[in-house]
Amino acid sequence: MNSPSFIQTEVLIIGGGVTGTALARDLALRGVACIVIEKDDINAGASGRNHGLLHSGARYVAGDRAAAIECRSEGEILKRVAAQAIQDTGGYFVAVEGDDERYIADFPTYCERAGIMARAVDVAAARALEPALSERAIAVFEVPDASIDPFRLSLESMAQARSLGARLMRRTRVTGFEREGRRIRAVRVRSRTDAEEVRIEAAQIVNAAGAWAREVALLAAAPIEMTYSKGTLLVTHTRLASRVVNRLRSPANADIMMPGGTVSIVGTTSTQVDTLDNIHPTTSEADLIVEEAARMLPALATMRFIRAYSGVRPLVGSAGVADGRAVSRGYALFDHEDQGLDNLVTITGGKLTTCRLMAERAADLVCRRLGVTRACLTATTPLPVDPDTGWTEPGRGPREWMHFHGPEDTLLCECEMVSGSAVDAICAALRATGDTPTLTDIGLRSRVGKGACQGAFCSVRTVAHLYQRGDFQARCGVNEIIDFLGERWRGQHAVLWGEQLAQAELMEALHCGLFEEDLLGAPNVDSAGEKSP
Amino acid sequence: MTRAKQDSCDVAIIGAGMAGMAAALFAAERGLSCILVGNGGSLLFASGLLDLLGVHPVAERRRWRLPYDALVALAREEPLHPLARINAVSIRSAFQSFVAALGAAGLRYAPLGERNRNVLTSIGTIKATHGVPISMIAGADLLDALDARPSCLLVDFRGLREFSAAQIAATLGDRWPRLRHQRIEFPGYEAAAELYAAHLARALETGKTRERTIALVKPLLGDARAVGLPAVLGLARAGEVHAAFEAGLGVPVFEIPTMPTSVPGLRLLAALEAAVSARGVRRRHHATVRALAFDGEGGTATLALDGAAGGVRARAVVLATGRFTGRGLTADRRQIRESILGIPVHQPGSREFWHQRDFLDASGHAINRAGLLVDEAWRPLDAGGEPFWPRLYAVGSILAHQDWMREKCGSGLAISTAWAAMQHVARQLRGTAAG
Ligand SMILES: Cc1cc2nc3c(=O)[nH]c(=O)nc-3n(C[C@H](O)[C@H](O)[C@H](O)COP(=O)(O)OP(=O)(O)OC[C@H]3O[C@@H](n4cnc5c(N)ncnc54)[C@H](O)[C@@H]3O)c2cc1C
Ligand SMILES: Cc1cc2nc3c(=O)[nH]c(=O)nc-3n(C[C@H](O)[C@H](O)[C@H](O)COP(=O)(O)OP(=O)(O)OC[C@H]3O[C@@H](n4cnc5c(N)ncnc54)[C@H](O)[C@@H]3O)c2cc1C
Repeated sequence: MNSPSFIQTEVLIIGGGVTGTALARDLALRGVACIVIEKDDINAGASGRNHGLLHSGARYVAGDRAAAIECRSEGEILKRVAAQAIQDTGGYFVAVEGDDERYIADFPTYCERAGIMARAVDVAAARALEPALSERAIAVFEVPDASIDPFRLSLESMAQARSLGARLMRRTRVTGFEREGRRIRAVRVRSRTDAEEVRIEAAQIVNAAGAWAREVALLAAAPIEMTYSKGTLLVTHTRLASRVVNRLRSPANADIMMPGGTVSIVGTTSTQVDTLDNIHPTTSEADLIVEEAARMLPALATMRFIRAYSGVRPLVGSAGVADGRAVSRGYALFDHEDQGLDNLVTITGGKLTTCRLMAERAADLVCRRLGVTRACLTATTPLPVDPDTGWTEPGRGPREWMHFHGPEDTLLCECEMVSGSAVDAICAALRATGDTPTLTDIGLRSRVGKGACQGAFCSVRTVAHLYQRGDFQARCGVNEIIDFLGERWRGQHAVLWGEQLAQAELMEALHCGLFEEDLLGAPNVDSAGEKSP
Repeated sequence: MTRAKQDSCDVAIIGAGMAGMAAALFAAERGLSCILVGNGGSLLFASGLLDLLGVHPVAERRRWRLPYDALVALAREEPLHPLARINAVSIRSAFQSFVAALGAAGLRYAPLGERNRNVLTSIGTIKATHGVPISMIAGADLLDALDARPSCLLVDFRGLREFSAAQIAATLGDRWPRLRHQRIEFPGYEAAAELYAAHLARALETGKTRERTIALVKPLLGDARAVGLPAVLGLARAGEVHAAFEAGLGVPVFEIPTMPTSVPGLRLLAALEAAVSARGVRRRHHATVRALAFDGEGGTATLALDGAAGGVRARAVVLATGRFTGRGLTADRRQIRESILGIPVHQPGSREFWHQRDFLDASGHAINRAGLLVDEAWRPLDAGGEPFWPRLYAVGSILAHQDWMREKCGSGLAISTAWAAMQHVARQLRGTAAG
């Protein structure tokens, strides 16, 4: 009998979201070897399905001052060390007629107590700068909110960690733990491509599985209490404002509009859910967001939306709270020692804004256990720009296309101007780490499929390109297109009205009407076959 | 104040897609005076293939080789389907007449048979269809003979982004082992990074480019019994270009339809424009109908146009305005409307039920079956179930109870309903003798 394959490392990190990748970087900078295990792909969880707001903290000043302060200081740090992933747009907090006057009046004091700069802005002046604001706005404050690209943050953190010896295993899921006394002797993982389980022995194990942290901890028989809050966001076709616009009130639904390159993202909702399966945006959530956010930004009522997506916030603490917003947005670090384990750490909850801090705290604990004394460097060391990972930035495609494209280069995505050479760079980077690129991988790492056509046209061109480059073989291309469009569709179906509905119809006309992707493997019948049973 | 000049006709057709063009052709053939409003832009999306009916029922994804047998099953099981309400004789006449008109305008189709033919698509899938342009038929013949493992060469052009011969060959490799592929530079465009199908098609109409291209392909032939190329073999003179390739290469040559906007779409548009104008149909090319007013039950309809001087007065009106891409239907978050007159639209209860969560869900998206309900004379119904106006008709994809994208019946629906409705228009206008 073959013994299962076996890998050894110092620290095993479970989960490749912003927390897991920040942790890999933190440990790598301290000289600690680590492996990140990710069941899908970088940022497949909440890290890829959030609002992208680098919180100034102002949203939490009234309800959770500690969280507000944490956001403020982490926001300041990230603006210094990860500037390439951040657009320092600034933000407005806007109240409209009917909003709680008391909250408006107290807001500046709350901000001051949390050390957050909030400057009152004359409503007319604010509307002159952001004409999309409602004429029923009654108060506006300016705060240092910013927008952050979580894909870039994670990909570049992982890239630096790798350059220092860390390893990423994508499409590999943790399936079990082998306990021995107070230690986990090995972690069993299974990759999507190999049937065989692999055992990983690590001195320390960090569960950074976000909303899945409860599931993972349960595998180690070390239960933690967590609730799940589903949030849905809508993406507009065009950009509505150049600053972040928040509703000035106690946190509620559809309070935030984020400018993101050529689009805006509005949301969110917050619904308590019991499971992580079947999370998808619904039409009623979309309606709620449009109607509520239109009170702040009336153009939303008639705007074209190209996409909707949902993520799950892991909230740590008491179960059974009706509104997820009432549970702390702070993070939680579990050492599991009272559960009889000395080498497992769980870090979950929190925010994208605080992922660096969460990683630091988890790394501190792990290092203490390992006897490593080097201090955390991530608050002061700039995140290196990785040329292969910046393709998620909306402006990059057009910019590089205008200035640098070579004579042989072609545009594969016309909505977002993604070139063949950008796709080649992404594939090369994936191959360099032993991965086989898929269309979905390329979508995650670029803006392919993110424009108005939602992949209907660029998927076809990109697949043709990948065959031509030898990246695709045999009949995988059709399935790649189907998978990719399926993923894009799940993000569209809640916002299909108006113009985007016509776009979706065109996509079906092309992919079903002409290409007949709906009929792969379908039965063939002729009347003879039908008549003679 | 003088009223802007108005043109009169027997029948005004709104929308110049497949259905509107077909309606205009059939109106003219029946001797009705006709004005066709709208540009034919939506035809640019067409592949040139004329589907009749490929799948029924959608949920079972059951493919039929014999479309007329499929129609019998459809009539039995979905009697409300527009194609279920037209007899086979009419459908055959409609297709014959449509294809004959295209042929006379220089766009030749292979004889319409009883059997759906298989055609290669540019992503390597195989599509079944009824009407196949002559330029694509050799590919269908090869697919019929796959058991004999025919040797075939696919050629593509560097820079034509939506078409990779390597992709088609790789995708079909296990079923068609002797399908080879080669990429060549398109003569005269060696310096261009991106090639556009329409430019190539135009370039191939000049003898010199055509000969140079043939000369590049010839040495690659080997034992190939046929050559497949992206559909770029000429525009107005496509027949001549195709024949020259076959003569020059000495083997059958076939085109493979590409993603829109495609050259076969351009050819279809050009041929239909030529066919309708040859039959005396008047056009309001760049106009859209903004409003439609009726003077009483027995009177005339007046079309108010945007983008053209003057209005149109007609004794009968045919709505061929398509669905959401055509703009015949529009939807906000709450409901679907007919765009010009607000005719009631048969539709699912709420947006929640419009679409399935999976794009390729086998049952199809309920919204695709939304549309106008019509009486036996193809007149759309008002909320009370009565004809909206006695001589207002609706044809093509705007009709309810069909899902052309899943049933593979787009052209069949457009052409057959246009034919059937025009029968009623002619009958009714004769009944009410012209004034
Ligand atoms: C709708 C919404 C909006 C938000 N907006 C903001 C915002 O604007 N600003 C902000 O600061 N924060 C925001 N957040 C919060 C933020 O997104 C999350 O706090 C953060 O992304 C969590 O990152 P993470 O790495 O801890 O978890 P995740 O990103 O969820 O990562 C966990 C990873 O673990 C992997 N995994 C799970 N199980 C296993 C297993 N068994 N084996 C291997 N891998 C596994 C998953 O695939 C996943 O990739 C928002 C959250 C939501 C849901
Ligand atoms: C991507 C794609 C692939 C296809 N592939 C195939 C195929 O392989 N086989 C096949 O048989 N068919 C194919 N088709 C064509 C399909 O058959 C037809 O598009 C379909 O039948 C709809 O035709 P229609 O004329 O009803 O509507 P449309 O084609 O939508 O035409 C409606 C027309 O009405 C016009 N209009 C709307 N409102 C007004 C107004 N107020 N005033 C004036 N004009 C107006 C619009 O501009 C439009 O041109 C394909 C179509 C698409 C989009």
